[in-house]
Amino acid sequence: MLAGYPLLSLAVWVPIIAGALVLATGSDRNANLARWMALIGALVSFAVTVPLYTGFDTMTANMQFEELLPWIPTYNINYHLGVDGISMPFILLTSFTTILVVIAGWQVIQTKVSQYMAAFLMMSGAIIGVFAALDAMLFYVFFEAMLIPLFLVIGIWGGPRRVYAAVKFFLYTLLGSLLMLVAFLYLYFQSGGSFEILDYQRLPIGMSAQILIFLAFFLSFAVKVPMWPVHTWLPDAHVEAPTGGSVVLAAITLKVGAYGFLRFNLPIAPDASHYLTGFMVTLSLIAVVYIGLVALVQADMKKLIAYSSISHMGFVTLGLFMFNSIGTEGALVQMISHGFISAAMFLSVGVMYDRVHSRQIADYGGVANKMPIFAAFLMLFSMANAGLPGTSGFIGEFMVIMSAIKVNFWFAFLASTTLIFGAAYTLWMYKRVIFGAVANHHVAEMKDVSAREFSFLAVLAVLVLSMGLYPKPYTEVMHTSVNNLLAHVAISKLP
Amino acid sequence: MNLAFTDVLPLLPEIFLLAAVSLILLIDLFLGKEQRYITYILSLAALLGCGWLTFTTATGVTTYAMHGMFVDDLLSDTLKLMLYFVVAVVMVYSRSYIHARGMFQGEFFVLMLFATLGMMVMISASNFLTLYMGLELMSLSLYALVALRRDNAVATEAAMKYFVLGALASGMLLYGMSMIYGATGSLDLSRIATVLQAGVANNTVLVFGLVFIVAGLAFKLGVAPFHMWLPDVYHGAPTAVTLFIATATKLAAFAFVLRILAQGLQVMSVDWQQMMMIMAVLSMAIGNITAIAQTNFKRMLAYSTISHMGFLLLGLLAADINGYSAAMFYIVTYTLTGLGAFGMIMLLSRKGFEADNLDDLKGLNQRHPWYAFMMLIIMFSLAGVPPTVGFYAKLSVLQAVVNAGYIWLAVVAVMFSLIGAFYYLRIVRLMYFDKPVDNHRIRPEGDMAVLMSANGLAVLALGILPQPLMALCVYAIQRSL
Repeated sequence: MLAGYPLLSLAVWVPIIAGALVLATGSDRNANLARWMALIGALVSFAVTVPLYTGFDTMTANMQFEELLPWIPTYNINYHLGVDGISMPFILLTSFTTILVVIAGWQVIQTKVSQYMAAFLMMSGAIIGVFAALDAMLFYVFFEAMLIPLFLVIGIWGGPRRVYAAVKFFLYTLLGSLLMLVAFLYLYFQSGGSFEILDYQRLPIGMSAQILIFLAFFLSFAVKVPMWPVHTWLPDAHVEAPTGGSVVLAAITLKVGAYGFLRFNLPIAPDASHYLTGFMVTLSLIAVVYIGLVALVQADMKKLIAYSSISHMGFVTLGLFMFNSIGTEGALVQMISHGFISAAMFLSVGVMYDRVHSRQIADYGGVANKMPIFAAFLMLFSMANAGLPGTSGFIGEFMVIMSAIKVNFWFAFLASTTLIFGAAYTLWMYKRVIFGAVANHHVAEMKDVSAREFSFLAVLAVLVLSMGLYPKPYTEVMHTSVNNLLAHVAISKLP
Repeated sequence: MNLAFTDVLPLLPEIFLLAAVSLILLIDLFLGKEQRYITYILSLAALLGCGWLTFTTATGVTTYAMHGMFVDDLLSDTLKLMLYFVVAVVMVYSRSYIHARGMFQGEFFVLMLFATLGMMVMISASNFLTLYMGLELMSLSLYALVALRRDNAVATEAAMKYFVLGALASGMLLYGMSMIYGATGSLDLSRIATVLQAGVANNTVLVFGLVFIVAGLAFKLGVAPFHMWLPDVYHGAPTAVTLFIATATKLAAFAFVLRILAQGLQVMSVDWQQMMMIMAVLSMAIGNITAIAQTNFKRMLAYSTISHMGFLLLGLLAADINGYSAAMFYIVTYTLTGLGAFGMIMLLSRKGFEADNLDDLKGLNQRHPWYAFMMLIIMFSLAGVPPTVGFYAKLSVLQAVVNAGYIWLAVVAVMFSLIGAFYYLRIVRLMYFDKPVDNHRIRPEGDMAVLMSANGLAVLALGILPQPLMALCVYAIQRSL
């Protein structure tokens, strides 16, 4: 039905063009116009990505909705877009999150509204480009381009130490991606002049070269995920970013890193991936256990959720390097679920921050007395964050633990400590913030959620619950592609 | 000796410009202070005329004139057309700046056009003598341009430094040329190439001469360890002249290097590659690390130039068609971005205020979001972040280096460009994250405003569709070398 339309190009360019139009509304005199245009732009951007799901063929692992045009023939760089079951869900997640971000920033952002909204729309387009690109250079361009708006968002609208956080974020991520660029160039000459990712996946490469390529990609994506020990930018960036920035960081940008492992590390350097499994699993387990403990002692809510994100992403990388289908699918499910839950958690903190202007747990207490509806929502999201069965947070973690137990009992044992630590840090925070007597006059003045806030919290609540109860719509689209990937990774590429 | 018309046809743009400059010089004598704009318009017209002549006489076939001393090929035509364009943009950007500083005089334009003539000769030379003549014509005009505000101590000091070190470099170059002449018996680049190919020349003398030539070229390009003059001259010269030195001369210097090394001494590439490798790494290191410590925007850009010239060398040291075209693409995009960066300093300056300190950029996004956005694009292009054209410049150079088998060099280069990203980000930070300290309205003149916007947007547009320019560079190099 929609096969004739360049759906992926629309998904990439509609938000970017919408962003440019929002930018054109200019100064804050037209702030309301900018907000409405941004909302319409985000809704249209989401609408054009829906056919990717409805029209998706779950039976094939081939790339779908492909578009191929020569872009820079001098270096054989193509404008090549396409999705499979691994990338498609993230495109929808991205366009969906952008709507949330626009709504969340509706009243909070009062200065340079058009720039704020435009930054998020353009970033959404670039991130969709990352997930849709099948040409390495196209991927790289989107991969870098998405940093620029996020850098500005953190730096302009962020908290007191925003400048430090923004620069740290940018340089950290740039460090990784520059080495990836060199790896691409190496592969370009090895493959006889091609930048096609799918060509790289078929290219036989020697072991030492594979390890170097793996490490170059690893640095780039591990910073994005972020894996321990290159995670230190994330708490800073999260704490200083405005709510919208935190949501995008947690819900989408972190997924770019894990997606990179799936699209590049595993299929391009399968032998190195097997060889370095111990290394990857160790780092993942450190993230799960150690960062979980670090989260426990945080006094700042956003920092706590940031550390919990790192811990949850440890599950993702753990699942990816188990090399079985339940582990990989579990990792993917965990990524999507974390997209919903972390967005919900950051938005909830944002709701409280807008009222009290503090992120410190100590400044709250007894919020349930003043905001009962909000307290109910946060209860659900906290439970999901802790991995309670029936919520989406449980599915991914459970699948990953199941896959780990097949490989090694102790991996699974260490990973499942998260069920204790996760519950501890999340619910302890919940208890201190929500329950008890009203702590101070700031809390006493809090009003319950507005219709605008209710709308996005409710949508997320429905998603978290529905995914927890019935995850099949998510797993069925990725099933064929995951199996195909695992079959590919199982075969040695040594010449 | 009979001089046929076809023999001077390739020289037509140069002859035209020489005549036009002399005419402008004469006309300017009779113009009052109020009518000076006529000089300005005539200068632009002269450039336009050159452009028309170069464009219409371009055949795409390599033709030699003046007994092989002068060559007209696709490379020279392309570079010359870019040169006219760059010089014209420099003039437009400079107008209100020099007007406010009492430098709106005939000398400014005449010297600039003479320097342009010198550059044209450099671009088209195929003999050591013509090369040297073009170089000196350019350099002498530039020394005078830097010293144009002779009551300004900083500018005079810069001019002195420029002159002394420039003369030293010219001397080294000349000495190296004489060595090559001694070993090969010719000053003609294609003759030298033939003799070298035959392998009969004395290698010791050749290498000795080569070292001096490369050192001289490095001086002119401004790569470490021959970069000392660059920050002082960039800082001390009036910004209009800095803009000219930072953009137009780089095009000419690139052609100069390409003519000598690629056309004359290609056979000795193994020898000059090693020198270039050291100079490239040093330039990237010194340029990028020292730039971090600068508080003056012009000085920072000067160190950034040093690092960019290091990157340019990476393309050149690949020593094949692929590398040369990558280097050409690099220099063209650098020129375009440099125009924007220095142009912005002049756009922000006003009478009695230079706007050349980093702090003067604070809060630009609140004062004028559009120019802040243009500057943002330019800074990300200098840092080599997509989707700006600077990224493709870096990409093409890096692929040439990897192709030549120096992966480690590519890794070193990207690490230094990471350091470089820090100080370009600082500019963005100052513009976007800080509060303005200066609240004067920014009111550039109409033509400058349009041109600056076009400049910034071109950096972005070429970043989205770099293919035409890239293909042009590859084509020009392929047809000419």
